[in-house]
Amino acid sequence: MSVVATNPTHLKPRTLIIQDNLKNLSFIMPAVILFSIFYIYPFFEIFRLSLQDWNGISPDRSWVGLANFAELMKDKVWWTSVWHASYITLIALTFQNALAFALALACDRQIRMKKFYQVIFFLPPVLSEVVVGLIWQWILNAGVQGGQQIGILNYWLVQSGLPGLVNNWLSNPETALTCIAVVHCWKGFGWGFIMLLAGLQTIDHQLYEAAKVDGAGAWSTFRHVTLPMMLPVISVVVILTILGSMQVFVLIKAMVSQGLGYHTEVPVTRILLAMQGTNRFGYACSMGVTFGIILVCLSLLSKTFGSKTKQ
Amino acid sequence: MDRKLGIMLFAAVMVFSLSCSGCGKKQEDLNTISVWHWMIDRNKALEELAAKYEQQTGIKVKIDLFAPSEAYTQKVVASAQAKVLPDIYGILDKKEIFSAFIKGGFIADLTPDFKANNSEWENWFFPKALDVNRFVEGNVYGVKPGIYGVPLDVTNIQMLYNVKLLKKAGVKAPPQTFSEFLEAIQALKRVGVSGLVSGWGELWMLDCFSSNYAFNIMGEEKIMATYRGEVPYTDPDWIKVLDVFKQLVDKGALLEGVVTKANKYAEQDFALERAAFAFNGSWCVNVYNGMNPSLEYGVMLPPAINSNLPMKIWGGAGSSLVVNNMSPRKDKAIAFLKWLSEKDQQTYLAKETKNLPSNREALAEIPEVLSSFASVMDQATHPTFWALNEDPIVSEVFLKGIQSILIGEKTPEQIAQEVQKVKQEQLSKKKK
Repeated sequence: MSVVATNPTHLKPRTLIIQDNLKNLSFIMPAVILFSIFYIYPFFEIFRLSLQDWNGISPDRSWVGLANFAELMKDKVWWTSVWHASYITLIALTFQNALAFALALACDRQIRMKKFYQVIFFLPPVLSEVVVGLIWQWILNAGVQGGQQIGILNYWLVQSGLPGLVNNWLSNPETALTCIAVVHCWKGFGWGFIMLLAGLQTIDHQLYEAAKVDGAGAWSTFRHVTLPMMLPVISVVVILTILGSMQVFVLIKAMVSQGLGYHTEVPVTRILLAMQGTNRFGYACSMGVTFGIILVCLSLLSKTFGSKTKQ
Repeated sequence: MDRKLGIMLFAAVMVFSLSCSGCGKKQEDLNTISVWHWMIDRNKALEELAAKYEQQTGIKVKIDLFAPSEAYTQKVVASAQAKVLPDIYGILDKKEIFSAFIKGGFIADLTPDFKANNSEWENWFFPKALDVNRFVEGNVYGVKPGIYGVPLDVTNIQMLYNVKLLKKAGVKAPPQTFSEFLEAIQALKRVGVSGLVSGWGELWMLDCFSSNYAFNIMGEEKIMATYRGEVPYTDPDWIKVLDVFKQLVDKGALLEGVVTKANKYAEQDFALERAAFAFNGSWCVNVYNGMNPSLEYGVMLPPAINSNLPMKIWGGAGSSLVVNNMSPRKDKAIAFLKWLSEKDQQTYLAKETKNLPSNREALAEIPEVLSSFASVMDQATHPTFWALNEDPIVSEVFLKGIQSILIGEKTPEQIAQEVQKVKQEQLSKKKK
């Protein structure tokens, strides 16, 4: 009896409840409709296409069930491309984020020209990936004209007395992917830097003062105050790094075009080739669905890892 | 309360209607033709011709540029799927996809227009230029025989040599044979000049170069037999084709980094005299003129290996436009394309863009270097002319394999075996 008395909906007539529900629905319906049209429908369409054999134009589509997925599981080039993207992601997760964190820590202190450094560090992310690719292609160029190196890096190595280190950076399978990963980190560290700096600035300075009073050193303060307080931000940065790095594509196109055999293939280049090169839209969609699942799994994994570390 | 609810529901319906209003059909403007193209270098000239056409006929032609070509292709495919193609557009893809567009009802059959008045319109063009858009009787694609596109210009892909650099190396004449070419490379190396540059980071450029040598080494019949699965890729002739690339690497004939170079960078290298030879198309005349107007260069066929068979080069229609079969302005679109391929407009386009005109009568007024390109049009071939094309999956393995040879990772024999394995897999799939 008391439960009924405390629940206000039981006091309303049925028509009022319907009106309330309709009112609420009227607020969310436009968003639901737009979301359904632009997100849910394309997702189901991609999944449906992944079960078909289609060249992208023809009105005839044949149903092949899970055959595209079965073929993909055995596609060595695809899994190699996933490994390449993972390699770039690993470098970004470690090198790029460590650099971003170190610079954010430096800029969080009272240093001269702090704003200037912040602007400089945030410049690469705002540049177009195509432009970044072109600039770095010029830096890493291995060509020679009139006995002189054309590429800035090779030229600098020769001038510094290190001609033995001169390399064909982008056309050597041993260095090409690492060069792409480094350029990707150079381009991307600014995002992590800004987010981590924003996170650092939200930490209450009284915590640092308390740690100082307790006699904690710099390392101890970092480990027991800064790091635990930054974990939610770090977790977001890690997820965004994984998503951004696994989907690297424009940089590869700008730096090595379709070159170097399969050494610079990543999942997105394989999806594009399946769609445009071999006109297998169904197979490309099965790649897209599989790649999406991989990304969701990686994101969940890093989120779970972040939560566990926090505990 | 009821009034409030009514207002809210009305607002929701309005938002929904507004968001859907873009999906509704716009009122058709029958006097405006829409053209989608990808040719950055020809955009200005096309816009000027469109303005001239409007003055002459009162029909407005809206020229829309979508570049680069990859993005354009994606847009056209997506627009075909949504059935929102413009009146005139181009297909930048294999003949198989061209045929899929025709079978999907997206491209108008222009044969009656070409054949009208004793084939008057057809006779304006280089036959090779029309062949790209022609489907012959009994074609493997199952398309009704006919002509489905209008070539704007013709192009072919050959080798170019830097006159000054060859002179510096003491090479008196451009090499005719492959062994002469390798000798010239050694002479160039002695004076510190790099040999050949090309955009072999782009698979289609590798496809073009390798198929030139395949035609020269074994001829068209054997290539087609390979595509049909009757000759294996492990055949000595195919290994010879792959060996061309190994020899180029072994003799140090290639500019560093050629395997990851997009063609626009390769063009820059040749224009800036970083290499003595280039493998490039006739569009380069315009590109080099923009990059280095004082560049002295000549045109030559790729040096032949086999003197018993001709060296075939890729060529034909450089860019073609098709008419949307679903367009209510189909006749007006055809009339505009016919006007665009008339001698005056073709001469204007050739002069402004330094491309070879598709109209034969406009050829008299083109620059000298372009004439060198035009002089070997009879040796031109193109995958779109062939009776059949290789399975794209097999082609990809073949071309990626050539890149592996270029980086010294694999031998021609290894690549031949790998390609043959994939070929057999594809053949057995098709049999199933």
